[in-house]
Amino acid sequence: MTNQTHSEITEFNITTGKRVNVSDTMIKSVMIFCSLVAVAVTVGIVSSLIYEAIEFFKKVPITEFLFSTEWSPQTAMRSDQVASEGKFGVIPLFTGTLLISAIAMTVATPLGLASAVFLAEYASKRTRDWIKPMLEILAGIPTVVYGFFAALTVAPFIRWSGGSMGLEVASESALAAGLVMGIMIIPLISSLSDDVINAVPQAMRDASSGLGATQAETVRRVILHAAIPGIAGSLLLAASRAIGETMIVVMAAGLAANLTANPLDAVTTITAQIVALLTGDQEFDSAKTLSAFALGLMLFISTLILNYFSLRIVKKYREQYD
Amino acid sequence: MTDLDTSFLQGQKHLAKRHRSESRFQWMGRMAIVVSLSFLVFMVGSIFWQGKSAVTTTEIALQINLSADVVDPNDIRGASFDRIIKATLCDTFPEATSRKEKKKLYGLLSSDAGYQLRDQILENPEMLGGTVTIWVNASDDVDIFNKGQIDRDVPQADRRLDDQQIGWIDQLSGNTAMRSVFNAKFFTNGDSREPELAGILSALVGSAMSLSICFVLSFPIGIMAAIYLEEFAPKKRWSDFIEININNLAAVPSIVFGLLGLSIFLSTFGLPRSSPLVGGMVLALMTLPTIIIASRASLRAVPPSIREAALGVGASPVQATFHHVAPLALPGMFTGAIVGMARALGDTAPLLMIGMVAFIVDVPQSILEPATALPVQIFLWADAPERAFLEKTSAAIIILLVFLVLMNIAAIILRKKYELRF
Repeated sequence: MTNQTHSEITEFNITTGKRVNVSDTMIKSVMIFCSLVAVAVTVGIVSSLIYEAIEFFKKVPITEFLFSTEWSPQTAMRSDQVASEGKFGVIPLFTGTLLISAIAMTVATPLGLASAVFLAEYASKRTRDWIKPMLEILAGIPTVVYGFFAALTVAPFIRWSGGSMGLEVASESALAAGLVMGIMIIPLISSLSDDVINAVPQAMRDASSGLGATQAETVRRVILHAAIPGIAGSLLLAASRAIGETMIVVMAAGLAANLTANPLDAVTTITAQIVALLTGDQEFDSAKTLSAFALGLMLFISTLILNYFSLRIVKKYREQYD
Repeated sequence: MTDLDTSFLQGQKHLAKRHRSESRFQWMGRMAIVVSLSFLVFMVGSIFWQGKSAVTTTEIALQINLSADVVDPNDIRGASFDRIIKATLCDTFPEATSRKEKKKLYGLLSSDAGYQLRDQILENPEMLGGTVTIWVNASDDVDIFNKGQIDRDVPQADRRLDDQQIGWIDQLSGNTAMRSVFNAKFFTNGDSREPELAGILSALVGSAMSLSICFVLSFPIGIMAAIYLEEFAPKKRWSDFIEININNLAAVPSIVFGLLGLSIFLSTFGLPRSSPLVGGMVLALMTLPTIIIASRASLRAVPPSIREAALGVGASPVQATFHHVAPLALPGMFTGAIVGMARALGDTAPLLMIGMVAFIVDVPQSILEPATALPVQIFLWADAPERAFLEKTSAAIIILLVFLVLMNIAAIILRKKYELRF
């Protein structure tokens, strides 16, 4: 459709070529400039992160950053102090991020998928029109609100219920942050999966029902199979959101860089450390400050990879049945 | 029994099992939605529950002697109002004699009480000369005790107010010298270390400033980019590249935008740290992809016949777009902008990166002054150790949510009212 209009516009231009005036070209160049801003932002992000990260790797070797298992960025307060060297091993941050994201995905995947299936296959149009926006409110609430709720209500509750079962729970446990984050990303999974389930052609449902399958069997054995790539895309997108989420982990997960897989322990994440490193007074070219940019670069690359694949999968899948 | 009967019965059993699994499956879906939504209700409900008490604040009445030898009518500002307040308290409760007891007694009133007395006298100088009743703020501990948030059955060592202080409070409320009033300070003050004085005005102004800058920058750039990409850009390669770019930007974690702002706007350009200007710029970069995506969708909804008609009567492509297509798409663009701004209003992480976490008492007067924003204020208060900040935090969250709801309602109304139907 768009192709057609474009060829027409070009044709029209040839016949009225003389009337193309200066203001038209000016407006066009302004528009081109504006669309370049989006590209400039990406270039800006990438170049500033890489530049600062290179500065950091001049002070701390990249191998230490990637493979060391100890994180304690307390560098000397004054430049003439030699005493305490910071330890910049990113592994505990990485595992902490993965742990919290994994908890969040464990919560969000079943809830989000079941909601999506119900909305797409069982709910009447009226219910769907009501429930879907209400679920999306979950994604619209600012994360600082989730952080407050996680730190002040969920974490004490988990600590209390763990304590009554004889378990020792850290006051800033990974579980509290992960649980709340999981709730936050439910609508990401349910909305996108709902769309892809809806895109599965009706003929496949009819064929399955015609063979005598119940609706649940149709969903499980036909529709989910057909929709798997799209669902995977939505899960990747949700995971990328979980990895990049900041306020919940800053407020509820704390700053203790423990290398652990125990969800009841305190862990810290890449984003929480970036905030901890860059809030408060700091001199700009210390290894401590620069390490935040190296962390930011890591975060950017990992979310970029997840986003790229999820967008590609979703897009490719959408075209399949059109 | 024949073979046929057995297999029929087996089939019946099997069918019943399959039907049971069918209804189980349906219920799982229902439960998932119920669990998600009840979490939402529980979270918002508990925050409302905690925040509702912030509507009122506690005041204490003092019978203050303002004769000329206490306050010189010709030099009101020269008087030591703190001392007057303390002397009045000691007169009211003569049983407090030791230094420690007096300190506890002074702790009943807000540290701001002296200034409040001074301001009231400056407003009504005719009250000088006699003994007058003046209402001043109680301290945060008294305030939350009055709201029932300190349990008097808890052992003395574990609560913020000891038995003697509670006795004084009971005496005051028995004499109707204590009242709950609407907490106007919450809406007219800036941040404060004292919970009873802390307000959200400076944060609100900071948010409003950042959002205005965000809108002024991102809306024109966003719609111009969208119009170019949708109407003029040579298809394929170039616009595909920009499109991938924009889609990726929309999913970049917001904290990365904060890092960009810190490294480019603050370090390279040297713009003022903590200012709404930089905050707005960072938020604009974040909002840009949302606006572009929404604007393109709304341009796509304008039927080609409009363009063709305009071109047919001799408009140039730029004229056709700007005189005919874009105006029709404008409501949709605004809707996208409002949704993007609502997201920007709630975003905290990028503002932390550019230093908008400062302790701001005064309302910022310009976009270059240090400021804070509503979500950042929530973050700061949530970290504060005083029990009384809990209700302030919750109340600030309620206000933030109210703004978000209003913005989203505006977007929905706009969409419904001007929805394109061709």
